[in-house]
Amino acid sequence: MKLNYWQINLLILLFLLSIWFVVSFGFGIIWSEELDRFKFGGFKLGFWFSQQGSIYFFVLIIFIYVFLMNKLDKKFYKNSIDSQEKHKE
Amino acid sequence: MSLQALTYLFVGISFAVYIGIAIWSRAQSTNDFYIAGKGVSPIANGMATAADWMSAASFISMAGLIAFLGKDGSVYLMGWTGGYVLLALLLAPYLRKFGKYTVPDFIGTRYYSKAARLVAIICLIFISFTYVAGQMRGVGIVFSRFLEVDINTGVIIGMCIVFFYAVLGGMKGITYTQVAQYCVLIFAYLVPAIFISLMITNNPIPQIGFGDKVIGSSTYLLDKLDQVSLDLGFNAYTEYSKSNIDIFFITAALMFGTAGLPHVVVRFFTVPKVSDARKSAGYALVFIALLYTTAPAVATFAKINFINSVQEVEYKQAPNWFKNWEDIGLIAWKDKNNDGIINYSNGNALEGVKPNYIDKEGDYGERATINNPDLSNSNEIYIDNDIMVLANPEIAQLPNWVIALVAAGALAAALSTAAGLLLVISASISHDLMKKILMPKITEKQELFFARCAAAAAIIIAGLFGIYPPGFVAQVVAFAFGLAASTIFPALFLGIFYKRLNKEGAIAGMISGLIATSSYITYFKFISPQLNIAKNWLFGISPEGFGFFGMIINFCIALIVSNFYSKPPKEIYQMIDEIRKP
Repeated sequence: MKLNYWQINLLILLFLLSIWFVVSFGFGIIWSEELDRFKFGGFKLGFWFSQQGSIYFFVLIIFIYVFLMNKLDKKFYKNSIDSQEKHKE
Repeated sequence: MSLQALTYLFVGISFAVYIGIAIWSRAQSTNDFYIAGKGVSPIANGMATAADWMSAASFISMAGLIAFLGKDGSVYLMGWTGGYVLLALLLAPYLRKFGKYTVPDFIGTRYYSKAARLVAIICLIFISFTYVAGQMRGVGIVFSRFLEVDINTGVIIGMCIVFFYAVLGGMKGITYTQVAQYCVLIFAYLVPAIFISLMITNNPIPQIGFGDKVIGSSTYLLDKLDQVSLDLGFNAYTEYSKSNIDIFFITAALMFGTAGLPHVVVRFFTVPKVSDARKSAGYALVFIALLYTTAPAVATFAKINFINSVQEVEYKQAPNWFKNWEDIGLIAWKDKNNDGIINYSNGNALEGVKPNYIDKEGDYGERATINNPDLSNSNEIYIDNDIMVLANPEIAQLPNWVIALVAAGALAAALSTAAGLLLVISASISHDLMKKILMPKITEKQELFFARCAAAAAIIIAGLFGIYPPGFVAQVVAFAFGLAASTIFPALFLGIFYKRLNKEGAIAGMISGLIATSSYITYFKFISPQLNIAKNWLFGISPEGFGFFGMIINFCIALIVSNFYSKPPKEIYQMIDEIRKP
């Protein structure tokens, strides 16, 4: 079965939003106390995720999304995107 | 130069820059006025979004709040950044593709209904005014402390500046001014943070520094703070004190609320292409993260510095900043045991919490209050969290130019957010209410005129909020996010991802989300605040986190009601297919 643009888009969203959920609600809240047993430097790991780590991951997630979607756009809509560029010029 | 002269200089230069930009980039058409002619580059839009987003609350209050709450404060850090992931992945590209001017515009068109548009306008105006009220208070505080003018004069100066560039420049003027304001505010936030990080841990990067060892000792800063907090009767700084479910719901409500805030959503209408909207959300979060990852470090440093400089110090020896902030009314000392020494610990210092000052000096020269001391604990200090950031450079004894810089930064943060909010309010009135509902025949020129009038009226109302600050500002912030999460986010999200949703479903969903969230918050915050404790809450969810529950209600009702009515018309299916393409 061949997936269309929208279906692949939904898979990308599902994948990235699960990372989003795990690093914030997971590591930062639900399992935060368990992770606190591990330390790196002066940070307890769960505390670090809730006040630092989750935010770094958020930034990363958006840029991975930008990269994947640009590739997907090119694959499916190469012509219309080229014409948009031309139109802009 | 004296502190005051320096502050005038910094604030004066930054204001001159904002006005210069406004004249250079004034709006010519409604397209310019609402969405800056769709010509903003993704990086500039990212900076403008960041400045728009980071308000007086982020700049002035957040670090203080985290210092006070410890790990519980993480809800703000994760909530106010994680929302951008939702925005970038679920909303921004599609709304940009849709390409119209406002959030009610999308809702009104997608659900082919004036009623839906009207519900969206009401939510939007309520959310935006709630927010503006807080900004103007921030402007007032900064002016009264650092420029030593009357709070009212300060608010009026702020209003004039915003009036000038919002009314003249519209979205275009605001966007480029916000780029400048971002640079000012981030510089003003990072400089003192780096200074203090170096002083306490000898590490120039605050994000790493607050996990480092205190200079000249082998204890980690956070471990020391945990210990000190426990000694003073607080919870350990690095542990949650609220229940997991409450933390979960508050974080979720703030995230989904962020993604549904109209003044943030509308920023992604201004970029040239769909792919730019995605990229722009990424840049925005980078610029925001710079401040949001510094804030917990600032909180940690400020808390330890504050405790070190007041705990068990004789009042007569108290540092100057203590007395300055007493004069502003954000700190108070009640000598419970009559020893002339300041004791800081957990609990309220005063009965009724907030100080009521009288025109008299106490036994040791402190600013006296008529409140009775709260004798259930030994804490003698009332402190407003807001001063943690503003007083931080003074507490750490940094040079005067750093303190002046912080004042300019705080003003940049407050003004940029106020301007962005005023613009969404004016656009929703002139475009959605006048043009699309009440007077569809007006020309573009008349519409632009209405937009400018609406912006001017909104500024005056916002100014009145600043001069006569309503006591409920802090309480209604939960409201703004709760409503954005339970009304606007679901309507936008389902509008894009679920074609079958018809107008009946969407309207029923928005109204039930609105009623559920606002009645829960109103009940606990205004009607019977004495019952606002964990054991009375539904499933242990505090009013701050209830917006997420309201969102779930919205989803359920929308999907159920939708199935009882006919499918949306063919054109809507085509429109959704169209916005799903890049």
